[in-house]
Amino acid sequence: MSSALLIEQVLNGLQFGVMLFLMAAGLTLIFGVMGVINLAHGSLYMVGAFACAAVAAYTGSFWLGLVASLAAAAAAGAIVEVTVIRRLYSRDHLDQVLATFALILIFSEGTRWVFGSFPLYLDIPPVLQGAVSLPGGAQYQLYRLAIIAAGLVVAIGLYLLISRTRLGMRIRAGESDREMIGALGVDIASLNTIVFALGAALAGLAGALVGALQSVQVGMGEPVLILAFVVIVIGGIGSIKGALIGAILVGVVDTMGRFLLPQLLTLFMEPSQAATAGAAIASMLIYIVMAFILAVRPKGLFAVNA
Amino acid sequence: MKRIAAAALGLGLAFSSPAMAEPLKIGMITTLSGGGAGLGIDIRDGFLLAIKQSGNKDIKVIVEDDAQKPELAVQIADKMVQSEKVDILTGIVWSNLAMAVVPGVVGQGTFYLSTNAGPSALAGAKCNPNYFNVAYQNDNLHEAMGNYTNTINYKKTFILAPNYPAGTDALTGFKRFYKGALAGEVYTKVGQTDYATEIAQIRASGADSVYFFLPGGMGIAFMKQYSQSGISTPVMGPGFSFDQDVLGAVGDAAIGVKNSSHWSKDLDNAANKKYVAAFKAEYNRLPSLYATQGYDTANLILSAAAKASVKDKDAFRAALKEAKFDSVRGKFKFGNNNHPIQDIYVREVIKEDGVLTNKIIATSFTDHQDAYAKDCKM
Repeated sequence: MSSALLIEQVLNGLQFGVMLFLMAAGLTLIFGVMGVINLAHGSLYMVGAFACAAVAAYTGSFWLGLVASLAAAAAAGAIVEVTVIRRLYSRDHLDQVLATFALILIFSEGTRWVFGSFPLYLDIPPVLQGAVSLPGGAQYQLYRLAIIAAGLVVAIGLYLLISRTRLGMRIRAGESDREMIGALGVDIASLNTIVFALGAALAGLAGALVGALQSVQVGMGEPVLILAFVVIVIGGIGSIKGALIGAILVGVVDTMGRFLLPQLLTLFMEPSQAATAGAAIASMLIYIVMAFILAVRPKGLFAVNA
Repeated sequence: MKRIAAAALGLGLAFSSPAMAEPLKIGMITTLSGGGAGLGIDIRDGFLLAIKQSGNKDIKVIVEDDAQKPELAVQIADKMVQSEKVDILTGIVWSNLAMAVVPGVVGQGTFYLSTNAGPSALAGAKCNPNYFNVAYQNDNLHEAMGNYTNTINYKKTFILAPNYPAGTDALTGFKRFYKGALAGEVYTKVGQTDYATEIAQIRASGADSVYFFLPGGMGIAFMKQYSQSGISTPVMGPGFSFDQDVLGAVGDAAIGVKNSSHWSKDLDNAANKKYVAAFKAEYNRLPSLYATQGYDTANLILSAAAKASVKDKDAFRAALKEAKFDSVRGKFKFGNNNHPIQDIYVREVIKEDGVLTNKIIATSFTDHQDAYAKDCKM
């Protein structure tokens, strides 16, 4: 195994992790501040991807599409918060899960109604097309590097927002004690809407970035949503830092598992058996990691209210 | 007076079509939502086109969406067989769903006609007189490509498929005929959308060619990422990876790619010409091989229904097995295990009037039968 291959796989893991972070950051904020389990977060990811694909196809510019994805997902998030989620804060988690599951169905069928069942095609912008040479002789897709960079910029931005601004202070206060900041005169209703829209915008951004790499289709958000839940459980619910570390951990473990396990098994198995068995174990790997981390730290790596 | 006239008219109508008087109820379970929806929609549209063309008013088709979930497909099948009392079930796209549904359904005496999935288990020892596969056995197209690969001097192919029955069948089929060495063999998750890990392995393996089977959205994602990764190793696939349903989304990266299929829109026969024109007129797009399998399945059912009543199971089964219908594949017959014996072609992706499509460049197999037929005691 060459070092070039190893470097490439680590980058793949990082890119996957960063993409999961964009999803998980919103999810963990919404759960941390409002105590709502939002299954419809994957739908907001899909809304972002479709908005980007539609606007990019209409205007010919990926960048306008990216702006549209942020705007559309944030708007969808704000509307959902005001019309549905707001009524769920005092209810238990089962009601929240049922209502947000209904939202998934509404978003999916609504999108199918507007765009049809066939996948849309979103092009990578011309400046980011092709591959670049990395030290060690590896070739790497430029667009994936751009996703890593974008994700890290968002992570730094979120850190500054939460630790340095008044809004961030309110978010942190809301995570510690919702009733108290309400009593202190903070407009908790608009804070909730802002946090929800922010989380939705991040999911929409992730959807648009990934849409150009994969295909934009109905139901694209749900597989990512499950992984995003794994990330926030590992990282500790409500913690942005936990979401970042958890996402990169999940991304790297999943990628390396898929790559290394089949090779490891060839040492004592036939190649084709090793390939199937390795693929099967690799798909379980992140859940095994999650179980292990929860056994050691039941509230996750960076629990907010630990 | 009026009443007598109406009664006479009714009697006249009743006697005018004796063979068709028996109503025939068909249940179609297929994937109409999620990433695999394109395949199910094509199967449904092809099937319904043939029924519409026949003008047969005694056939009732109930269509339901399985969302590509085995448990949902089983529920729908139970409902259709138990309470809707359908005579024939059809439509399933995916082999893992077919494995969950078909054995139970045919065991209860209902006919199942496969419009796509052809898992090896159902072609061999577990074959059943009530199960007919009108599409192919899963290995077939891959065998054809493995066979063709030998003739174009690839010696070190990297092979890739999802980890589910059709995926393992695919690579088994390819390896059955391919004589060169393997640069690598990788199974991915079903529904996987990011192939960066696998592409890195292909690059590092020093392969001279790549053979992949990734149906639906998976193939689109793979090809898009592959063309952007700065890798120039040529790719090949079965027809599924490069058919009409995915070509538009894959884009120009697909031009020149060789793929195998038991049908192509440029096959030169009257039934096929009529079908391609009718499909285009009805749905305003070109048909895919999935649509074609739906169309052929419906025409097979129509041909059997014209000969025998579905209530007489033995006669209807014999009529199905005869397969006397105008297949758009030109010729079509069933082997002992009720799977097709047919020609398999190699096609190349071209751009025609600004639309990506396929043309036939070679015939890989003539009258090809699957490798499992000998294990079937029928």
